[in-house]
Amino acid sequence: MLKDLFYKKRHRYATVAQTDRRPKPEIPDEVPPRDVPKGLVEKCKGCGALLMARELQKHAYTCPHCDYHFPIGGPERLQLLLDDGSFEEFDAALSSEDPLGFPGYREKVEKAKQATNLAEGVVTGAGRIDGQALVVGVMDARFIMGSMGSAVGEKLTRAMEAALARQCPMVLFTASGGARMQEGILSLMQMAKTSAAVNRMHEAGILYVSVITHPTTGGVSASFASIGDIILAEPGALFGFAGRRVIEQTIRQKLPDDFQTAEFMLQHGMIDKVVHRKQMRDTLSAILRIHAARGWQDAGATGV
Amino acid sequence: MPGQLEFERPIEELAKKLDEVRAFMRQHGIDLSQEVARLEAELEQVTARVYGELTPWQRVQIARQPGRPTTLDYIRGLCSEFIELHGDRNFRDDPAVIGGIGLADGRPVTVIGTQKGRDTKENVYRNFGMAHPEGYRKALRLMKQAEKFGRPVVLFIDTAGAYPGMSAEERGQSEAIARNLLEMAGLRVPTISFVTGEGGSGGALGLGLTDRIYVLEYAWYSVIAPESAAAILWKDSTQGPRAAELMRIGARDLVELGVADGVIREPVGGAQKNPQEMVARVAEQALSALRELAQKPLEQLLAERYDKYRQIGVYSES
Repeated sequence: MLKDLFYKKRHRYATVAQTDRRPKPEIPDEVPPRDVPKGLVEKCKGCGALLMARELQKHAYTCPHCDYHFPIGGPERLQLLLDDGSFEEFDAALSSEDPLGFPGYREKVEKAKQATNLAEGVVTGAGRIDGQALVVGVMDARFIMGSMGSAVGEKLTRAMEAALARQCPMVLFTASGGARMQEGILSLMQMAKTSAAVNRMHEAGILYVSVITHPTTGGVSASFASIGDIILAEPGALFGFAGRRVIEQTIRQKLPDDFQTAEFMLQHGMIDKVVHRKQMRDTLSAILRIHAARGWQDAGATGV
Repeated sequence: MPGQLEFERPIEELAKKLDEVRAFMRQHGIDLSQEVARLEAELEQVTARVYGELTPWQRVQIARQPGRPTTLDYIRGLCSEFIELHGDRNFRDDPAVIGGIGLADGRPVTVIGTQKGRDTKENVYRNFGMAHPEGYRKALRLMKQAEKFGRPVVLFIDTAGAYPGMSAEERGQSEAIARNLLEMAGLRVPTISFVTGEGGSGGALGLGLTDRIYVLEYAWYSVIAPESAAAILWKDSTQGPRAAELMRIGARDLVELGVADGVIREPVGGAQKNPQEMVARVAEQALSALRELAQKPLEQLLAERYDKYRQIGVYSES
């Protein structure tokens, strides 16, 4: 009896892992997203399904089984978004210098150019959605993690100034690991420069929509990505300031799986709407349409 | 009959009897049309009597009936296209307040409102339509956005009150409501609000300092819910009916007291008996007010808004 008191039999319970029926997209931290699928067959990182490249393309590069959004580059994005043949590129030749003489930087930029066939980590220009004119920018995470140096900052600022000059809305797809280390303080100041341009648009009443795509972090999330009049995001996109690993090491706690995802940030009030890639064009089109609709001044008081 | 109220029972009983007689007629092929006509006349009479003599407390009960149109229903009625926008850019997206941009009669509007749930599950999610500070801050963010783009704002109010809880206090419920009053007083676009059910105190006013206020026929709007008033005044919350009588919280009272600009008639027995009809009437009133307010020069609009609230109050001086 007494023994029982001290050596009480411990009940053993089987532990069952909590499983989410819908597989969550894996959010890699500080790992560069893979290239746009080029092979014949791609494996979905969300559910592991094997997808034919053509099938993937048909589904706007999202998994038809689990809705995982594959990272895509600027050209694919513009093709999904804009009316055919409406794109007119700005500053295609603008590219990075090496202001600090940072070891290996020139080579890194060169390699990224080769790999992506782009001059820098952002493509900007004018285009149309359902006939509605806009200035659009698409950051490309394949180009040194979409990091922002002087060239990216300059291209974005020029695009915003173009939206101002043309008096048309600005839509910006963000994807970036943050400011580009190799340009030091000059990178940091691109946050200031682009945000000042956003303020110019704001004061002139220009609509500015930012669209968060995977991943949008660091200096880009802490500047123009977070100050859109309307902020949309793709499902599962990582959106936050500090990386998961940094935070976990700082607070010595494991973060929840959905930490910093678009859905998490929506709940926490930072995003207006999470929009599936297949609905992105229509959603933006509706926003532009509502924005451009004729005001009430000539609606006439009917005296009803 | 779901959500049937005690005082509605005579109507329901007659309606049931009428149905039975009709069914009997059909089944047995016996002509009872005289009896049917008599019952129909009686039903009409009883309905008119019951709804014609509603006490203030009975009106409060109707205003709280489930099945009344919610803000989302009114938005669907008003807007051909609507995109809901979320978040206060600060702490959280409050599901008790919804808002977004849309087209009404082809023209742009920002629409915001408190949102009650249609069932228990949704009510838990919506916190029974009681907003936290972040709900008011989301509303303010969308109103400032509307101001930037010159869009009028339409607001729908149906809330027992701002959420009275620790979380709300920690994040500054008072400040959030006060800030909205400050900003709405100077918002440089036309604003219209509808009290569609319950107008619970500061929680309602936090979305309600507008150029026009319309109140649905059976809605109430007051400094406090009647049973809470009873609890404070007489330490007895069951005295709600008495407080409802005394406090003049009904739609017509609000017009007489110079608070509301108009009453929107409800279908017989209340909005929940014919939600579609109610939604249509509200949309019609919103459109006509939007058209009218758009004619006013901005400075006049703002001056009239100031005067509207400046004039409210009764006092003597000697």
